[in-house]
Amino acid sequence: MPDRVHAGRAALLAVLLLAPPGAVADNQDFSQIERGRYLTIAGDCNACHTLPGSGKLLAGGRPVETPFGNLLAPNITPDLETGIGAWSDDEFVNALTKGTGRAGTRLYPAMPYTYMTKTTREDALAIRAYLKTVPAVRNPVRSNQLPFPFNIRLGLAAWDQLFFTPGTFHPDSRKSAEWNRGAYLAEGLMHCGLCHTPKNFAGGDTGRRLQGYVLQGWFAPDITSDRRRGIGGWSVEDIATYLKTGHNRVQAASGPMAEMVMDSSSKMSDADLRAIAVYLKDQPGGSDQASASQPDQALMKTGASIFVDECAACHRQNASGVPGMFPTLAGSPAVQSTDPSSLLRVILRGARSAATDAAPTAPGMPAFGWLLSDQEVAAVATYVRNAWGNAAPPVSSDDVAKARSALSRRSD
Amino acid sequence: MARKLPHKDVVVIGLGWTGSILSYELCEAGLDVVAIERGPWRDTPLDFQPYTAPDELRYRIRHELFLRPAQVSVTFRNNASQEALPVRNWGAFMLGNGAGGAGLHWNAETWRFLPSDFVLRSHLTQRYGANFLPQDMTIQDWGIKWDEIEPHYDRFEYLCGTSGTAGNVKGAVQDGGNPFEGPRSRPYPTPAQKQPFSHTLFAKAAREMGYKPFPQPSGNLSQAYTNPLGVTLAPCTFCGFCEWFGCANYSKASPQTTILPALVRKKNFEARTECEVVRINLDSSGKRATGVTYVDTSGEELEQPADLVLLCAFQLFNVQLLLLSGIGKPYDPTSGQGQIGRNFTHQTVSGGIGFFDKDKFNFNPFIASGAIGMCIDEFNGDNFDHGPLGFVGGGYLGQVQTNGRPIETTPLPPGTPAWGPQWKQALRDNYLSTVFCGAGVHASFYSYRDNYLDLDPTYKDRFGRPLVRITMDFHENELKMSAWLTDKFGEILQHMGAKQVVKQPRKGPYDVTKYQTSHLCGGAIMGDNPSNSAINKYLQSWDVPNLFVQGATAFPQNAGYNPTGTVGALAYSSAAAIRSQYLKNPGPLVHA
Repeated sequence: MPDRVHAGRAALLAVLLLAPPGAVADNQDFSQIERGRYLTIAGDCNACHTLPGSGKLLAGGRPVETPFGNLLAPNITPDLETGIGAWSDDEFVNALTKGTGRAGTRLYPAMPYTYMTKTTREDALAIRAYLKTVPAVRNPVRSNQLPFPFNIRLGLAAWDQLFFTPGTFHPDSRKSAEWNRGAYLAEGLMHCGLCHTPKNFAGGDTGRRLQGYVLQGWFAPDITSDRRRGIGGWSVEDIATYLKTGHNRVQAASGPMAEMVMDSSSKMSDADLRAIAVYLKDQPGGSDQASASQPDQALMKTGASIFVDECAACHRQNASGVPGMFPTLAGSPAVQSTDPSSLLRVILRGARSAATDAAPTAPGMPAFGWLLSDQEVAAVATYVRNAWGNAAPPVSSDDVAKARSALSRRSD
Repeated sequence: MARKLPHKDVVVIGLGWTGSILSYELCEAGLDVVAIERGPWRDTPLDFQPYTAPDELRYRIRHELFLRPAQVSVTFRNNASQEALPVRNWGAFMLGNGAGGAGLHWNAETWRFLPSDFVLRSHLTQRYGANFLPQDMTIQDWGIKWDEIEPHYDRFEYLCGTSGTAGNVKGAVQDGGNPFEGPRSRPYPTPAQKQPFSHTLFAKAAREMGYKPFPQPSGNLSQAYTNPLGVTLAPCTFCGFCEWFGCANYSKASPQTTILPALVRKKNFEARTECEVVRINLDSSGKRATGVTYVDTSGEELEQPADLVLLCAFQLFNVQLLLLSGIGKPYDPTSGQGQIGRNFTHQTVSGGIGFFDKDKFNFNPFIASGAIGMCIDEFNGDNFDHGPLGFVGGGYLGQVQTNGRPIETTPLPPGTPAWGPQWKQALRDNYLSTVFCGAGVHASFYSYRDNYLDLDPTYKDRFGRPLVRITMDFHENELKMSAWLTDKFGEILQHMGAKQVVKQPRKGPYDVTKYQTSHLCGGAIMGDNPSNSAINKYLQSWDVPNLFVQGATAFPQNAGYNPTGTVGALAYSSAAAIRSQYLKNPGPLVHA
């Protein structure tokens, strides 16, 4: 295992040459390394820092999509030149929790230091201890691929002033220990809000926490306790099962969420997943009101026919779905979300659900983009958003045409 | 010269039902397993969608899922006086290809054989005397007893989630099930499928005639089911596109829907698809397999060394590989000596068509599944007295109409013109009101001295290897049985209220161009010693103890049921023996 030996040497060199004496970590501290590995999984660092298919764990290079352009996630292996092997522990902790680069530069908030800031120094050092043990990979990455003017980091200090509240997590003494554990993970390391909280014009979080946001061609749904658009209808058990297996009695994870479940939450402890579920169940939603607009009845009729022909075989005539396999559409937050991006995406392009050790089946939804016209997709999408007691704004052919065109430019 | 690859613990030839079961079981035992599969990888969401899977022209008529005869075929003749010719378009049976094998395109009829089927020769000899059997019939006992195989039937059913009604739980006969089945340790994992109208009507008529009808055990599931591997199947939607097709709804038990999703997660498993094994390699003693040689699509020959070789290809190709690799002694029909190629059998399938009054009966035949059906078992195996009948063997009778697909569901009364407006009108009049059941009589095919497999002296594949040659015909015993059973079936159709019954008993000679079933059996059969068999009761080769030969190849003769349940049970039995005995002490598991 030459890579691991190399990593060990790199780590040793880093400690000997660069770390201040007081901060020398015990690189045989097995429990700290194990804890760090677990936290690295919980933080899903891998999602951005490993280029899929490269076989080079955490060596960076994966494009991270932002509304302002792409960034490439850097190499965080212990390689001295191209990784973070030469960084001191303090430099690492500052990057993770304060968004400070090594030379004092500001990191782009695509690195979710805005969330990670809640992580305790002890946990941050555990992650650091683990990262020192992964194989060092020489892989130079120039992170900043943004177009002008976003490629100028000067503005980031101002951005931080406006949108970044640094500081470690403070437990809420009115809540249970379990709730606080869930909050610590969900608001911090797991950075749920990075995808699920709506952003403002500058990419900062708005106050509508966890109420859903479009990115990477998907709508990361509302995960508040809103009973229509959020997961208010799910039990604690439903949420924990979903995070553990990628499936529960009503829903299946696909897209970036499937990736998150497969790489991260499915490998977390049942106690932590339950804690996250307890915390999420306690997050207030926005307005719980159904769509005021009545969908066109002719459109609904067309949609109903398409549903019976194309959808009912799996999702069943009454939209109940099949637990663990095919999502329930009746009452589904994914179907009734204000923004229909994910619904249109799975209809047009199909999707494959998460495969996990606990639920390896990973059923898929076939693509219908080749089979249904914009009008037909609009009809069936409007129908499923407004049948069986569902209520959501109708989808127009124009919406479908735009979604189709946007998807045609995406390789994922 | 083949390029030699790094050693593996186990090499599996073929990734159908048995290859998938054995791979999973041996990965669980911690072994490093590589499966080498001739056809492509196939996966439900990528290969089978609800809008493309039900395509009769593509899959049924044009054989999309099957092995292309241009790649490998077989030759056929009825008897030794003829010259065998290559099959250029599959007819009497279909040969699966790719991950899932025949387990992907089957109908999912998941039967158990009768306890007496496993001791057939002793049983029949004891009941009717040795002289009752035809002279040239070579049936024999399997070397395994009911109690030994029952737990493995159970494992296979619980893998598949089989839907059925138990007939005998631990000796207690159950209402609504098959009262003739051997005692089972527990009920089926899921309840029987619902039955459409004609199937229900058949059961009613049978009951009125004093029979005990029961639902056919089905691998198309009545409800969602998660198996012990954690893989989930969804309920069947009765689309009627099962046999010849991949299931797009995850409703039909197949390696894809029960094992492969769990197997591909195993770090000690690897599948190499579109790679064709050309021989099993032996060491200089000829008593130990050293691995296999295969060819990939680039044409490169590769040698995969392994400690354990599992031959899991389709029956015909298991026998061909044994013959080509010089394992065991080829069967000689003149002397009756040699085991490889011996006791080759198929199935004796017949049926009948019942035409009903279209104004009174609408059967909606398109509401169906591959293993739907109401059956009776009064005339299977030795469930009835053969003494006065002058034949042995039997089968189940049932309304097992699996589909109403448009191209082939053309029930027409005798005398209808073959084309034109009258043909169209007759089809219009009869499509909905006819019981049109291809395999309503599903009966045994016992083994004979002159039905066998060997290597063809003339025809070769692209590597220059001789094709396997089938020499086979129906014998008087089977034809007599088929006529008698088909009469019984016709009586039930009549009692259902058919205005006209057309009986279609099986007639000789065996016709390789007309589909019957893909239930080819034998050729390297199991038994209790090397003088009467190629493999022992754990499917281990008597000649090469680190080789196990899986599948229906092991059947000494074929019973009156679909074979897959028994194929799965034998695979689990073999896997259990490898895990619990062979790995601790590699060598022969039976000393005869």
